[in-house]
Amino acid sequence: MIEARAINATAVRADFPILGRSINGKPLVYLDSAATSQKPAVVIDIMDDYYRRYNANPHRGVYTISEEATAAYESARQQVVAFINAASGKEVIFTRNTTEAINLVRYSWGRANIRNGDRILLTEMEHHSNLVPWQLLAQEVGASLEFLRIDDQGMLQLDELDARLEGVRLLAITHQSNTLGTINPIKAITAAAHRAGALVLIDGAQAVPHMAVDVRDLDVDFYAFSGHKMCGPTGIGVLWARRALLEAMPPFLGGGDMIKRVKLHEASWNDLPWKFEAGTPSVAEGIGLGAAVDYLKNLGMDQVRTHERTLVDYALEKLQEIPGIVLYGPRDPEIHGGSISFTIPDIHPHDLATLVDREGIAVRAGHHCTQPLMDRLGVPATTRASFYIYNQPDEVDQLVSGIQKAQKVFA
Amino acid sequence: MGDDLYREQILEHYKNPHHFGELADADITQEGDNPLCGDVITLYLKLDDGKLGEVSFRGRGCAISQASASMLTDMIVGKPVAELKSFPTKDLLEELGIQISPARMKCATLSVNTLRVALNGESHEED
Repeated sequence: MIEARAINATAVRADFPILGRSINGKPLVYLDSAATSQKPAVVIDIMDDYYRRYNANPHRGVYTISEEATAAYESARQQVVAFINAASGKEVIFTRNTTEAINLVRYSWGRANIRNGDRILLTEMEHHSNLVPWQLLAQEVGASLEFLRIDDQGMLQLDELDARLEGVRLLAITHQSNTLGTINPIKAITAAAHRAGALVLIDGAQAVPHMAVDVRDLDVDFYAFSGHKMCGPTGIGVLWARRALLEAMPPFLGGGDMIKRVKLHEASWNDLPWKFEAGTPSVAEGIGLGAAVDYLKNLGMDQVRTHERTLVDYALEKLQEIPGIVLYGPRDPEIHGGSISFTIPDIHPHDLATLVDREGIAVRAGHHCTQPLMDRLGVPATTRASFYIYNQPDEVDQLVSGIQKAQKVFA
Repeated sequence: MGDDLYREQILEHYKNPHHFGELADADITQEGDNPLCGDVITLYLKLDDGKLGEVSFRGRGCAISQASASMLTDMIVGKPVAELKSFPTKDLLEELGIQISPARMKCATLSVNTLRVALNGESHEED
């Protein structure tokens, strides 16, 4: 048994070279990890090492460095398998990011299984990446989209879930809202969906970096996430799906590496997972993701979650003291992940973000790729502060004083 | 820099915009928006013998977008319409008098782009 140690953010910060930077003469306070996380040196170094020592196309060459590249890339896949408790590497498809993973399901599974008149159930809080692909599919095949509503604390209204699920073919839902921070009860929702005969796709972009995720315990059917939000590089993401589903699905992209045998007029497909990985893969990025998984595993995902819950608890309390502030999302840090959205009266989020940037503080302002959610909240945009393993309570204090300074400018 | 961006004149225009409100008998009413930021303005133009007789605007959004709209109305009222059809963006940016970062350029130019659409019927965004 590894002893559970609380995260020491000061020690963690030393692992992230970028956190030594100053912005406008002030130390960088990075509060936009929900958009992309920073990268520890181990991830940067392992990718550098790949390019310097064994850069080669994997799965093809019989020479030494190609075999090394293949081994490193496939070993990264195995690290992901263990990290999310997949049954095997056959279920872990490397994609470019969450968006591509969801689009893979839309094109491959969706086109083969969603028919005219079928119903797809989503929620009001979905990121555009888990909304627009389904709009496109619905328009293409004549399916209809329906939406679970949220309440005023940004939680899904689940009281009529069973009725809403009747006749639904696919439920596609975010594990954790990137805007509100709401952590959705995926296990219970999935059980209900399965009772109704629907398959379940989870957008896990905001969950896998921040909490222990066990895809088999959740019992979902598809689970998508990105490497760059979990200390890994951009350009690598994951689609996990049940093996039986993947076996039955037609290929997504055609090309090299995804085939077994090609003739002029036809081809047969490679085994899983490569059937869904056409073309030269993102080798360095895959290896970088493996190192990121290792890094997070060493910290312990339960400790990561505890660290963020403590920060959110503190931030909600501190932010509430700002006159006039409107906070969105659950008040209970147990179901509020590390993203907090808010608005300040008479200061547009973009003005606020620009002003706190002068203090070295990076926050997001805008609709956060959730325009329907902004409509639901009745605001054009919010400011969002999001936390990760390297953030500390004093950065929350700096944010609060940055907001107070902005209020003086606009007073 | 930050204090420059939100210098007194810009905040003054933001808090007390000039020519703000609807023009009931406007000849041209043109909406413009930046969907990515949520900045919205509506320009109301009343023509008078080839000139811009009256102008007003309504809108909501960041200080940069709203202040620039207010300043623009000061700059264009009474000017010949033929001239305004190709009103240079740089004139408005000079009037703003601040360094606009690429990320905020759309905010600063929303009003002048909307003016161009209003008078030309389509967008002729300058490069």
